[in-house]
Amino acid sequence: MNILEHVGIENYLTLAALLFCIGAFGLLYRRNAIIMFMSIEIMLNAVNLLLVAFSSYHEDASGQVFVFFTMAVAAAEVAVGLAILVSVFRNIGNIDIDNLKNLKG
Amino acid sequence: MNTTILLLLFAPLVGFLINIFFGKTLGKTVSGAIGTASVFISFLCTICLFSQINANGKAITFHLADWFSIGTIKVNFSFLFDQLSALWLLFVTGIGTLIHLYSISYMHEDENMHKFFSYLNLFVFFMIALVSGSNLLIMFIGWEGVGLCSYLLIGFWYKNQDYNDAAKKAFIMNRIGDLGFLIGIFILGHLFGTLDFLEIKALLGKDVISPSLLSIAALCLFIGACGKSAQLPLATWLPDAMAGPTPVSALIHAATMVTAGIFMITRMNFLFDLTPEIQNVIAIVGAITAIVAASIGLVQNDIKKVLAYSTVSQLGLMFLALGLGAYEVAVFHVITHAFFKACLFLGSGSVIHALHGEQDMRNMGGLRKVMPITFWTMMFSTLAISGIVPFSGFFSKDEILMTAFHTNIPLWIIGSIASIMTAFYMFRLMYITFFNDFRGTEEQKHHLHESPALITIPLIILGFLATVGGLISLPGNSWLNHYLAPLFAHKSHGEHHLDGETIMLMAIATVGAFIGIGIAWFKYIKNKEVPVADSEVQGLHKVLSNKYYLDEIYMATIVKPIYMISSFAKKYVEKFISKAVIGLGGATYALSIKGKKIQNGNIGVYLFAFIFGMVGFLVYVFIIRDLK
Repeated sequence: MNILEHVGIENYLTLAALLFCIGAFGLLYRRNAIIMFMSIEIMLNAVNLLLVAFSSYHEDASGQVFVFFTMAVAAAEVAVGLAILVSVFRNIGNIDIDNLKNLKG
Repeated sequence: MNTTILLLLFAPLVGFLINIFFGKTLGKTVSGAIGTASVFISFLCTICLFSQINANGKAITFHLADWFSIGTIKVNFSFLFDQLSALWLLFVTGIGTLIHLYSISYMHEDENMHKFFSYLNLFVFFMIALVSGSNLLIMFIGWEGVGLCSYLLIGFWYKNQDYNDAAKKAFIMNRIGDLGFLIGIFILGHLFGTLDFLEIKALLGKDVISPSLLSIAALCLFIGACGKSAQLPLATWLPDAMAGPTPVSALIHAATMVTAGIFMITRMNFLFDLTPEIQNVIAIVGAITAIVAASIGLVQNDIKKVLAYSTVSQLGLMFLALGLGAYEVAVFHVITHAFFKACLFLGSGSVIHALHGEQDMRNMGGLRKVMPITFWTMMFSTLAISGIVPFSGFFSKDEILMTAFHTNIPLWIIGSIASIMTAFYMFRLMYITFFNDFRGTEEQKHHLHESPALITIPLIILGFLATVGGLISLPGNSWLNHYLAPLFAHKSHGEHHLDGETIMLMAIATVGAFIGIGIAWFKYIKNKEVPVADSEVQGLHKVLSNKYYLDEIYMATIVKPIYMISSFAKKYVEKFISKAVIGLGGATYALSIKGKKIQNGNIGVYLFAFIFGMVGFLVYVFIIRDLK
């Protein structure tokens, strides 16, 4: 029994779009690097949700395979990113991105 | 056999490497000995090779290594030893050895003696490559190499700016010819798809090939020969090349390198046989060069300049023979000329050595008694070049004139007049230098002496060869023509029998020579004339002294316009170009000064730009583009 019979595909699309926008605005608005990471994760998961929904809609499993890939890559990205943030914190004492201005032209 | 060929090819190169890298530490005598020995080894190998080829008449092709192949053209480092190249190698390395020997003594006071010997060795190496290469490109390597060595050796005394200029002049004039040669090679490569002599020869026999392109190729090759062998209009570098040390003049600018053009045309004789119009050009250029150079030689006062013009004139006679299709006659004259001209140059070097660098004949005279060996060897060579029986030059020059008589009477007349002039100016040289009283300073007179044995031995050997060299090709019984016969398609032109006409022509030539000698005797022995100072010459004499103003004409018609174009380009074109380039750089710089402001280091701004860029892109792709 397909789950899309209870909740229509358009609801998933709306939810994913909302999640993505929340992530994007969070990324732009917040200055704390950890929060920005969380925003990126929200955007990624919005996309994952879309992929899964369409996979189910088209009855094609390859969308779900993509989701696994995305999650693996996101985990790797977070691992590296957090390591960088730890290093930044050790050097300047906070992780406010407004303080990271040394690389300018 | 392979070892012999390798030794023959590379002994001079090894000598060069040793001398250039270790010559200074080895000392003068050792470096001279190494230089001489390396060429002597080549000479011995050449004798081996020559005797083998002479015995069985078979050409040897020696493949050293592959070089490259483009399309159908395949070029290898391979060498061809046939009758022609073996003969040429024989006198190149033989005379080379003698002149190396001579240089040990002649250059002994020079601080850069090791450099001199290394250059000489390098020259011999390239000359061997030129002569024995089995395709046009190997020949071209040698051709350029000997040009380079000629440049290095003309400017050997580099502290004198005039000598450097002479070296540059020689190099540039040769370059003009070389360009012609190169274009000729390209055309032949295009026509035949190969550069190998034997393959071209085989293909020429079979296919019908565009005759006009073939003529252009032959003309281009001839231009190359003109440059290297100092024919008009590219002749003016050779007299200036006398700035080099005298052994160099003898080896490079008289006996060997300048005959490279004749060698090349003889090598490509099958090509020139098919282009009779180019042969006519060669004959006419040769004849004109012979008479023009001989007439300039009449009034020169520098002992080496007289010999230089004489060389140009004799080369002209050789080209005359080539143009008439009598290749073996030209080769014969190359050989006898190599003997007597090398001897004359070395003799003049001996005189210059005795007078501590004096080259003006007006300051010489009466040297006969103090320098008997030099005098007699030079005398024999002078008799040879003047064409007196039975010296070598008589036979070779006579064959050229006889060939001309049978094919083209005007050319015969020009050649004969040039020969009479030759007899005159050569005896003028001898009389002014060796007879009457010494005209130099007391100090010089005090130091006059015969040269040491290392100088006189090569002189004696060469003088002997200049005397008997004619034996290799006597009229009616010519060993040389027989030996060279496999190379040429046609029946020999030079085979003249001793009949009435031949004897008449010989008599005319001999009488002509004696007339020249007689005039010289009358002027310089009987009337004891001494050539006047340069400022007092007038009329035709002045024109001749100034070499028909050839250098001035070239200056006005070629050098000056090029300078004008260059200075115009420097003043205007170059300014424009540099402004444009600098302007472009400045604009980029100014833009980047503004542009780098965008990169302000604020990550928030980057993210903002990134997301809005992405959104803008998506809006364009999915909305704006769909609307259209």
